[in-house]
Amino acid sequence: MSDATGGAGRPIVSGGAGRPVVPGGAGRPVVRFAGVSQRFAGAPGTPPVVALEDLSLDVARHEFVAVLGPSGCGKSTLLRLVAGLLAPSAGRVEVHAMPVVEPRDDTGIVFQRPTLLPWHDVLGNVTFPARHKTGSVTPAQAARARELLALVGLSDFANRRPDELSGGMQQRVGIARALLLDPDILLMDEPFSALDALTRDEMSFELLRIWTERPKTVLFITHSIAEALLLADRIVVMTARPGRIREIIEVGLPRPRTMDTLAHPRFHELSAHIRGRLFSRPVPA
Amino acid sequence: MSAVVPPVEGEGGAATPPVPWGVTSVAPGSGAASEPTAAVPAAGPMAALLRLADRGAPVLAFVAVILAWELACRLVPIPPFVLPAPTAIVRGFAEIGLASWAGHAWATLRVALMGYLLAIAVSVPLAMMLANSRLLTRTLLPMLIVVQSTPIVAIAPIIVVTMGADDLPRVVITFLITFFPIVVSTVTGLHATPPELLELSRSLRATRSRQMLHVRLPFAMPYVFSALKIATTLAVIGAVVGEFVAAEKGLGFLILFSTQFFKIHQAFAALIVLVAISLLLFRIVATAQRRLVPWSLPAER
Repeated sequence: MSDATGGAGRPIVSGGAGRPVVPGGAGRPVVRFAGVSQRFAGAPGTPPVVALEDLSLDVARHEFVAVLGPSGCGKSTLLRLVAGLLAPSAGRVEVHAMPVVEPRDDTGIVFQRPTLLPWHDVLGNVTFPARHKTGSVTPAQAARARELLALVGLSDFANRRPDELSGGMQQRVGIARALLLDPDILLMDEPFSALDALTRDEMSFELLRIWTERPKTVLFITHSIAEALLLADRIVVMTARPGRIREIIEVGLPRPRTMDTLAHPRFHELSAHIRGRLFSRPVPA
Repeated sequence: MSAVVPPVEGEGGAATPPVPWGVTSVAPGSGAASEPTAAVPAAGPMAALLRLADRGAPVLAFVAVILAWELACRLVPIPPFVLPAPTAIVRGFAEIGLASWAGHAWATLRVALMGYLLAIAVSVPLAMMLANSRLLTRTLLPMLIVVQSTPIVAIAPIIVVTMGADDLPRVVITFLITFFPIVVSTVTGLHATPPELLELSRSLRATRSRQMLHVRLPFAMPYVFSALKIATTLAVIGAVVGEFVAAEKGLGFLILFSTQFFKIHQAFAALIVLVAISLLLFRIVATAQRRLVPWSLPAER
């Protein structure tokens, strides 16, 4: 298993096996964390909460990176830093070699809850980013919204109200919404964790299909080992309090991933390995 | 690292046939969950009877109370100025005459509506400013609470003396009694926006006014409308309180006037008109909510 492990904080750039991704080190990373720390002021009289500590990570173009860890390991903070919703307390966060100072057009976010707008129909929810950003929706954007609804398999539901949809369908609307402005980077914050187990598996395969059709650089936050293994090229395993990278794992499972992937010996091997990593005491850095 | 349990939720991976999940696999299945399950009506005459009873029960109870009231007034010697019989109240309606009723009702309704609309016009923008600014909240909130804590009935005479005897003081009294609940409820609603949507709004770098208009204000609508519904009743109360202090027309005035002459049955008749106005206003607002912002209501069926 030595091939699967990268040193904590040491960036490894390479694609999953069988995918024509930027070969290690050749392309510029799309997202780069360089010595990033994030502290939040605690309650008065208590020390600040360290969400992330000295975190370095490179994400290559069109790479699917899952960030896995217990609650409170700063996974969501990581995502908000890339989105430009937070500024790091120390270190640098770069997208396309430019420091992130404010929200950018080339990132799309999918949240844990779909949080659709109940007063718009499904189509109105998908076009919401355009309308909210500029005040109007161009015909091209409306057409793209319909195309995205087809992509997530909801063409027949364009004029339905969000509360007429199941949880899985709502989250697919959330994904279509995040893709409307054609972002280069897709940030997903435990997008399937509020769904039941079966829908969750289904959505994972859906996401893989969408990602194959519309390649994006994906940062996927999760606390499910199986989900991370099924989806990602690399898994960043984190420890909590302070949030540090425990290990970066090259998944290396063949693509396209199918139900067979779940039975692959390496799948089991890696999941046992990750579980061991998550449950053992963290090694001091 | 041996003896591994596959961490797959649901069925074991090995037994499952190798279906290449992909293209259009999912849409129909997941939709079934949200299919509306209409309340299934049981069949049979017995069930029909039960349904009728279920629907008619409130009316029946109402009629029974009126009948008991009438009967009590006839059997027990209650002086009519203590409790007039329902039939006496009906006579009270007739004694006053339609034109006179219309005049009184319109006087009260007019004041109630003006105060109500003024309260909405002031409260909602004020709430938007308060929700946007902590400083403004800290500055204005204590003052608002002082105003709210003042018994409006107690300052009503002062307002009337200060502002003269026409509609103005009564509108101001109605406004004062109505606006606070709308402000509080709207501010609460504006703070109830899901944080994800505020983040989405920020990530799109939308302007503050657009964030307010596209996200926060619509999300506050359920709160705003529940306050608007409560405020209809308060508006009628405000108008009547104003009339109690100084008026020469209106239902409140009519109640005061008729009780002074021990015409309690006329006062009861006026009371019934007041209740009808309150109910009507409430219904109008409820209907407006259903028409304008249907999504803000909990799913019916």
